[in-house]
Amino acid sequence: MASKVIVQNLYKSFGQLKVLNDVSIEVEDREVVVIIGPSGSGKSTLLRCLNGLEKIDSGSVIVDGYDISDKKTNLNTVRKNIGMVFQHFNLFPHKTALQNVMLAPIALKIMQKHEAEAKAKEMLKRVGLLEKADTYPAQLSGGQKQRVAIARSLAMAPDIMLFDEPTSALDAEMVGEVLAVMKELAKGGMTMIVVTHEIGFAKEVGDRVLFMDAGMIIEEGPPAVLFASPKEKRTIDFLSKVL
Amino acid sequence: MPTFIKAIGVTVRISAASLFFATIIGIIFGLFKLSNIKPLIFIANAYISIIRGTPLLVQILFIYFGIPMVMGFRWNLMSAGIVIMTINAGAYMTELVRGGIEAVDKGQMEAARSLGLSYPKAMAQVVLPQAFRMMLPSIINQFIVTLKDTSLLSVIGMRELVQNTKIIVANNMEAFTMYAIVGIYYWVIITALSSAASLLERRTTYGK
Repeated sequence: MASKVIVQNLYKSFGQLKVLNDVSIEVEDREVVVIIGPSGSGKSTLLRCLNGLEKIDSGSVIVDGYDISDKKTNLNTVRKNIGMVFQHFNLFPHKTALQNVMLAPIALKIMQKHEAEAKAKEMLKRVGLLEKADTYPAQLSGGQKQRVAIARSLAMAPDIMLFDEPTSALDAEMVGEVLAVMKELAKGGMTMIVVTHEIGFAKEVGDRVLFMDAGMIIEEGPPAVLFASPKEKRTIDFLSKVL
Repeated sequence: MPTFIKAIGVTVRISAASLFFATIIGIIFGLFKLSNIKPLIFIANAYISIIRGTPLLVQILFIYFGIPMVMGFRWNLMSAGIVIMTINAGAYMTELVRGGIEAVDKGQMEAARSLGLSYPKAMAQVVLPQAFRMMLPSIINQFIVTLKDTSLLSVIGMRELVQNTKIIVANNMEAFTMYAIVGIYYWVIITALSSAASLLERRTTYGK
């Protein structure tokens, strides 16, 4: 199987603070990798290094065959193939749900307007929100916003989807609807890297779970193994708190 | 009376044209200030500092009389008025634009960039529209300030509202009445603008 993501010896600091400390991971095509760990462990930063939202200090990051760590790489090109879903949705408040989904394909001249609109409707339908097409984000619930945000990423037909704590800002009753959409995506064969605190999701959908702490990957393995019999003390401590 | 209508036209035209160009200047220098490029930040800061640190009257006299002396050309009065007011308002607009852009949640830029939009595209389609929405009250306020400031152009003989009134008073000696009238004209225009602004503001609040 081809590797979609290859990270080698990645280091990243914010000032004095070492956020990522020699991280190496590989993600296969169609694989769903779930990253767990205490807050401040560098999970989100790792994810943000994968599409160049954070500049890396040293190491190499290759996504989809593009070397993100190479300054000559046009990040705009690479990012078209990497979808990203944020904790706080980051929907464009001045655009309707439909316009949010249509914006990038039109702005990047990938589609004509009518084409983009058809595609956007298809994506909204996929996340179950076609009837909200003309609604502005301010009138959507948190769960609906996140589903629109997922549709917005999907409209670019990405090869990889990055999820940065997609359900952390949601009220409990809305977590399920977002996870359901993500499960569908995983079933459809999307390569996914998910930073989350949803252990249930990791167990059910994840092919592999990475446990991070203090900027390092402490332990990794299939969810059944990692959750049932963690080896490292830090993993055991963390799991005892969340499980 | 017909001369007043003409003079109102001059005042409003200069203000509107200046504010339009000042907005463009404000976006350019505002982006300079937000860039990480030191010379650009320096240029923008120097510009703002000079305009803020000198009276508009001095700017008018310098640009209208001073610059042509050195550069050897003659101003067309109307163009001079628009250029002067643009340069002046542009400095204030720069700060407004910078503040407006900074007030937009960082996640907006990140979301746009992560979809593959370049920085200019993300700025133009995602950040600036939201920044302008927030800036609207301040922009209208700047328009009102500029509108009042155009009265100073009377010193270079621009026949805007005040200059027009001075000419009339010189003929009929009715200073009390005429200056009261011109004051009322300003008040009416500005009050109308303010209420139009608050109307506009309510209409552009998305889905709330």
